[in-house]
Amino acid sequence: MLTQFSIWALLDSLAEGAKWTVALSLIAFVCGGIAGLVVLFARVSGKRALTVLSKAYIEVFQGTPLLMQLFIIFFGLSMLGVDVSAWLAAAVGLTLFTSAYLAEIWRGCVEAVPKGQWEASASLALNYREQMRHVVLPQALRIAIAPTVGFLVQVVKSTAVASIIGFTELTKTGSMLANATFQPFLIFGLVAIAYFLLCYPLSLYARHLETKYHAAR
Amino acid sequence: MPLVKLRGVHKTFGSNHVLKGIDLDVEAGDVVALIGRSGSGKSTLLRTINGLESIDRGELVVDGVALDDGFGDLRTLRQKVGMVFQQFNLFPHLTVGENVMLALKVVKKTAHAEAGDIAKEMLLKVGLAEKFSAYPDQLSGGQQQRVAIARALAMRPRVLLCDEITSALDPELVNEVLAVVRQLAEEGMTLIMVTHEMRFAREVGNKLIFMHHGLIHESGVPRQLFAEPGTPELANFIGAVS
Amino acid sequence: MAYQFDFLAVFDYGDMLLKGAAFTLAMTAVGAVVGTAIGIAGGMCRAWKLHPLDWLFGAYVELIRNTPFLVQLLFIFFGLPSLGVQISEWQASFLAVVVNLGAYTTEIIRAGIQATPRGQIEAAQSLAMGRLQIFFHVVLRPALQKVWPALSSQIVIVMLGSAVCSQIAAEDLTFAANFIQSRNFRAFETYLVVTAMYFAMAWMVRYALNVFGRRVIVARKPQTRGA
Repeated sequence: MLTQFSIWALLDSLAEGAKWTVALSLIAFVCGGIAGLVVLFARVSGKRALTVLSKAYIEVFQGTPLLMQLFIIFFGLSMLGVDVSAWLAAAVGLTLFTSAYLAEIWRGCVEAVPKGQWEASASLALNYREQMRHVVLPQALRIAIAPTVGFLVQVVKSTAVASIIGFTELTKTGSMLANATFQPFLIFGLVAIAYFLLCYPLSLYARHLETKYHAAR
Repeated sequence: MPLVKLRGVHKTFGSNHVLKGIDLDVEAGDVVALIGRSGSGKSTLLRTINGLESIDRGELVVDGVALDDGFGDLRTLRQKVGMVFQQFNLFPHLTVGENVMLALKVVKKTAHAEAGDIAKEMLLKVGLAEKFSAYPDQLSGGQQQRVAIARALAMRPRVLLCDEITSALDPELVNEVLAVVRQLAEEGMTLIMVTHEMRFAREVGNKLIFMHHGLIHESGVPRQLFAEPGTPELANFIGAVS
Repeated sequence: MAYQFDFLAVFDYGDMLLKGAAFTLAMTAVGAVVGTAIGIAGGMCRAWKLHPLDWLFGAYVELIRNTPFLVQLLFIFFGLPSLGVQISEWQASFLAVVVNLGAYTTEIIRAGIQATPRGQIEAAQSLAMGRLQIFFHVVLRPALQKVWPALSSQIVIVMLGSAVCSQIAAEDLTFAANFIQSRNFRAFETYLVVTAMYFAMAWMVRYALNVFGRRVIVARKPQTRGA
């Protein structure tokens, strides 16, 4: 078998797949981050309708499988007459999924800002928006950095699910190679190592940020 | 007309009736000491005057601005009423100077340079001009509390509320903060303070208010009340804390 | 343009959906029980730095937490047979869930154990208790109480993630959905119904774990009068 598929050819194909894993992760993280901010602001707005709506949004995306979300987007969009590629469905699905998780993580960070900060800024006559903008968000942002980097690991891993709707990233590439070479142990081992190389540095960095933050307290 | 006027103010937390009808007049230049056991409602009373607690019933007027059960003129009220907290509550992500300048710039729309000048002036007043660029966590507790006072003063409030501002301080740092408050009192600043410093209340205050079970139980001139409490509750309280 | 929704076409296959849901719940239950047991052992080794077991558990945790569940599943199902280990679809799924959850619970329970106040352990030592006695009688329950919410949500996360087990043809709820939509050609309705089922199951599992936590993990003995 390995005469046909030399180890270098295998690694080359996997690297190509990994490129798409990275691309999808970045899109999900950036777009999901932007959408997550919108959901966050709705969630902490103090306005009843917005709070209920954003809470429901978060609960639905955190309470159902990502795979189902991708299926529904894939089939739902095509029902609406949109010609969906696996790429589009995966990008949209992972963006929504990521936004819900990030909004919830960030809400925790906003709520971790001590009550005294709200009171002190209120006593100085700042209104809600000014309190958020000048006092609460800058502090929440510092708390948020470590868990946000940590969640990036989850995003990278979640992109593997996109292989099931036919998006050719690292896992899908691995499955195809495993079928072609009859070397599943080797191939999926390599795929796992590739994910590990992508995720582990991020995990370490998140942990480093966390200790740094706690040391600074 | 009194600077701060409360009439029949009630406040309930759940089933806990904390303020049961407070009537209070504070004239410009008064230095009022609020004393009482914990749970007597003294901190809640102070916080209502800044609108940090809404009131369920009654009337609150500060310098002609009324705050009824709605939150109508809250922003105007808070510009007239400064507050200093037990836990300082400085903004940790801002320098000392930025802490003092923030509300000037955001609320009063003061230009950056002018806000900086005011901040320097206020920090000079509390003896911390050289700490302008330091961050709060680089200061001692006493210094942080003096910055908090400067921050409140920068808004040029008509009245300054102090909520147990020395309770979180190490004993040796209490006096530097009290000295600043004493100086403000001498300059004619209207002060309302919840305090456990009985000597300070007696020496600096011109009005003493003893809270008991959500009501003003007794009030009058500090020296007289300390010498001759009119009720057994106040006598007990003074006996217990001194 | 006017699409006619037809949910009845999904409910015709009600039995299949229920069987799939039962499979998913069983997998979650086994994962929760065995995974937590692994987590208790691993958490202790990690928190108390019992060499060399803590290194082994450390490597296990990092390996699992930094690779996707789907890849772990594919590795177990397709990879292990090439080592001569024959494994069926459902065995591979259950094993993958246990292995995955065990890594997360190790990390969660480790944090709970490390939060034990030093004085508690010193007090137990001064009473001449042995290491394992201290662990099981003094450390474990407060640690579990502390991390129970985190543990519960991780179990739910793993249940939702187990939807990918349909990929190796394990007959879970998603497998049922895939089968049904290939028969009734109502993909959107089918997946919508199944998504709602997952949502309800997630809620149920969270609720059950909550009750279990209150009744068993945090429970206090009824007070006895006298003495």
